[in-house]
Amino acid sequence: MPIVLRCHKGIGPAVTGTALVAADNFSARYDLDRERGIFSRPSHKLAGQSFADRILVLDTAKGGVATAWMLHDMAARGIVPRALIFNRVNPILAQGAAFASVALVDRFEGDVTQLFRTGDELRVDPPAGLVEILNRDQ
Amino acid sequence: MRLTDEESAMLAGELGEPRRWAIAHQIAVGEFFDAADFVAVSQAHIMADTESLGEAGIQFLEDLAAAPEAERRVRVPTITDPRGIDFAVYRRLGQTTEMVALETRAITALRAFGVLMTDTCINYQTILAPIRGEHLAYGDTGVVIYSNSVLGARSNFEGGPSALAAALTGRTPRYGYHLDACRHATRRFRLTATPRDLSEWGAVGGIVGEACGSYWEVPVIEGVAEVPGSDALKHFGTALASFGSAALFHMPGITAEEVVFTGSAPPALSIGRDEIEAFVARHAAPGDKLDVVVFAAPQLSLFEMEAVARALDGRRVHPDTTVIVATSPEIKHAADRMGLTSRIEGSGAVVAQGICFYQSYAREMAEANGWTRLMTNSAKLVNIIGGYGYRPSLAGLEHCVASAVAGRVL
Repeated sequence: MPIVLRCHKGIGPAVTGTALVAADNFSARYDLDRERGIFSRPSHKLAGQSFADRILVLDTAKGGVATAWMLHDMAARGIVPRALIFNRVNPILAQGAAFASVALVDRFEGDVTQLFRTGDELRVDPPAGLVEILNRDQ
Repeated sequence: MRLTDEESAMLAGELGEPRRWAIAHQIAVGEFFDAADFVAVSQAHIMADTESLGEAGIQFLEDLAAAPEAERRVRVPTITDPRGIDFAVYRRLGQTTEMVALETRAITALRAFGVLMTDTCINYQTILAPIRGEHLAYGDTGVVIYSNSVLGARSNFEGGPSALAAALTGRTPRYGYHLDACRHATRRFRLTATPRDLSEWGAVGGIVGEACGSYWEVPVIEGVAEVPGSDALKHFGTALASFGSAALFHMPGITAEEVVFTGSAPPALSIGRDEIEAFVARHAAPGDKLDVVVFAAPQLSLFEMEAVARALDGRRVHPDTTVIVATSPEIKHAADRMGLTSRIEGSGAVVAQGICFYQSYAREMAEANGWTRLMTNSAKLVNIIGGYGYRPSLAGLEHCVASAVAGRVL
């Protein structure tokens, strides 16, 4: 039986993919090289790692409003996270996910950076407000 | 969300495709944040620099702007955040004609909606400051936090698409900082030292921001011994919003609203001289070759322009260092008229209008000019620019200017 974790109803379509997890925050402008598809901010816990097609699991959104446009352009170029799982986002990340049709969920019981592990195979279902961990049962 | 008859008509497409897209987008966001309904806004402020928009964003604007005029006109006065290009100086900054072409397309599309191209992140100092209780759809974190805190207005961070949507519908979902309950204080800080200049006010904002770390935290800063002034609170707020994603702060006796805590008041965290100096020292790099000095983020007020001119008077910027000073078009015109621009550029520095450096293809500028080491008096810029490949240092205006003349970080 997959593990099912419930959250607030999210934004975007249901998707499956592989988790990339860090106890850190997120801004497309502050943290990413959007051309190369990697985390470029030297102090970010995912520095140097590819975000394309991964399900990013992070704490919260950083300052800055650019992510609202940038996710849309990243999606158009095919270099975009498949889904975003956060403890709690700010309006910019929600607006960006809505504009770009990128799956986004937040507000779980517990810390998402502990609940999920890098390499977890996840099914994220924003309309239902749940995430399933498909490849482990504890 | 509860919709009025007019909002339902927009959603059904009866008022045209731009307003249908806009209200559908706003409902998706509003429902995510459990908004009960919409609230009318009196202004919108759109962040739409072309580096963020990309080709896809520009194409989106052009498609929407192709609707008949009655369907695409904004419903409230709508202004813009800094752009990516100043057409007068882009060659000197190593920007390209391709960037200029994208910028021209974006401007044409935005004008078709009836957007006023103010190109500024200091509209509260230069265009029309909001008043207490005014609901807004502002799209720059520094603009939002200053307007909410210092002026008592009510706005969430509205990214470019959402600010455009608010402009087209004349309203925004009622959640977050539109609600009294969200404006209650959650964190408490006590300032035990007086910041010496704008860079130190930014450092204090950075310290508070890092401690808060969430859009939903509202810090109170007690112990502010002297009324800081607009430019100091501008640097404090922009750094707080950048480091912490915060959108509202209170300074008792200085900012607009009475402090009400959520529950009992938490213990206060002290910020003194040691904490400020430790924050600045994190990015210290004495002796390093200095590639670029930036006065921007936020754009400079007229008084800041005058201070830069005074610091540069009679001095010459080192030939291996570039100094960029970014302000709004309104302030640039005033600076031209008052002789400040010629005084600044007489030193070899570049004065740009309508841009804000990090919104201006910072990575491409670094690659074109071979820039790595950057010095600035903006804590916000220090926070942002590392991801673009720069190594930033924070210092006061005089220290930055002396380093620019020496060609190395002093």
